[in-house]
Amino acid sequence: MTDTPAVIDIKNMTSHYGPVKVLDDINLTIKQREIMVVMGHSGSGKSTLFRHVLGLKQPTSGSIEVLGKQLTTLNKKELYALRKNIGVAFQNGALFSSLSVLENVELPLHEHTELDDNTIRIMTRMKLEQMNLAEYENMMPSELSGGMLKRAGLARAVVMDPRLLFFDEPSAGLDPVTSAELDQLILQLRDALNMTIVIVTHELESAFSVADRITVMDQGRQIMTGTKEEVKASTDTRIVNMLARKARDEEIDGDAYLDSLMETQRVK
Amino acid sequence: MVFRPLTNSGLFCLNLMERFGRAGIFLFTGFIKVITPPYRLTPIIKQIHFIGARSLVLIIVSGLFIGMVVALQFYDALVRLGSVAMLGAAVGLVLVRELGPLLTALVVIGRAGSSICAEIAIMRNENQIDALDCMAIDPYQYLIVPRFVAALICIPILSCVFITVGVFGGYFVGCVLFGVSPGSYFGGMYDAVLWRDIFMCILKAIAFATITVWVATVKGFYLHLDPAGAYGSEGVSKVTTQAVVVSSISVFFADYIISSIIL
Repeated sequence: MTDTPAVIDIKNMTSHYGPVKVLDDINLTIKQREIMVVMGHSGSGKSTLFRHVLGLKQPTSGSIEVLGKQLTTLNKKELYALRKNIGVAFQNGALFSSLSVLENVELPLHEHTELDDNTIRIMTRMKLEQMNLAEYENMMPSELSGGMLKRAGLARAVVMDPRLLFFDEPSAGLDPVTSAELDQLILQLRDALNMTIVIVTHELESAFSVADRITVMDQGRQIMTGTKEEVKASTDTRIVNMLARKARDEEIDGDAYLDSLMETQRVK
Repeated sequence: MVFRPLTNSGLFCLNLMERFGRAGIFLFTGFIKVITPPYRLTPIIKQIHFIGARSLVLIIVSGLFIGMVVALQFYDALVRLGSVAMLGAAVGLVLVRELGPLLTALVVIGRAGSSICAEIAIMRNENQIDALDCMAIDPYQYLIVPRFVAALICIPILSCVFITVGVFGGYFVGCVLFGVSPGSYFGGMYDAVLWRDIFMCILKAIAFATITVWVATVKGFYLHLDPAGAYGSEGVSKVTTQAVVVSSISVFFADYIISSIIL
């Protein structure tokens, strides 16, 4: 992994919202084909970091290099050219409510390619098939469940076969079974499309099941970056507390977890 | 403590300037994007259907009753002055110069402006605008331009429809109910309404269309930057109300300015 080229390279990045410092001296390198999970509590700065790497917000200082381009120096046209190689799946799917699932997913192909409608439709259906959404293609976003919305958002994010995929909170609001299915889908995507994936989440279980490396954030600071094993072995009290809290929550929610599994089996 | 009012008023002024500046840049960018490719015909047609076709019944009903009531009021006044023959001229001038474009704009603000603002604000709320940006699709081109173009096409046409229906509403009250000669009604109108009045009507309709869409879209688009608008459903409701109030007042203000310049 160390010899593969960096897809994202963030150096000494600091960011403010007005007078408040929200990110402090972030240094992060993400290699090709790597699944990097950015983890932390709500308000830890992980979503702000996400917005910076997408070029939706400019840092106060430092540099962000994505796919070999310095984001801070790009004009809008260059930024849009870069974003054609990046897929973004938002937490709630961010699908357009006036378009069907199929129309939502094929939108980037209509906008950025010269392909005819038939080819676009075939390509879109392949992605929907991959996400197990083929039978829901004519449904409107309001008719979909949370998990389906996320998968439809993911289908739209990967429809252009991007080199880099960002996924914001893939497991948030999902039951453990659907969450595990989505994690599997992420791993399959990396293998099938050979892409680099950055996941922002506060769900430890999901993070540990998909990550190659994990960056832990707290109060705008990067506490540590390392492999799953390194994070688990960390003696940093903030990480230890985070893991301990998760273990305790799992113990308490054990019955609820079993109930949800049985419910899923009953539905199937 | 002593300087608190001064600080607050300074902050208020800065905030106001920032909002005006942002809205001005938004309008300028909107106009630039209107003339810059890519030109999206399908979204424009969808918006013409939404702003124009779906407002048509409301415009026809409003125009009919406004024309009838204007004719009724003028008939009553002109009978006292012994100038009933001037009814057509009075109805025509009032509708073409003032009520046609003004009431059309107000109807569109109420029916379509509020809806445009709420739709865009919800899109902002649900990260759909960020999603467009991330897909390298310009949100101005995709969301704002079709609405601008559709309003610029629809509001002048709807104003003409309003005036035409209003004229026939006036004809019904003046000629059918009160027995005014149709010849004097239409003849008086033909003599009184000049090309300058038609030009004023079209100019007002274009200005009102711009204001309606500008205010509705800018309020929704910058929901997240609006200090009065709490993020979430409350924020959407607040900015939608603000959009209707601000665009209505702006339309009245623009109406006076255009009238005073041309007359």
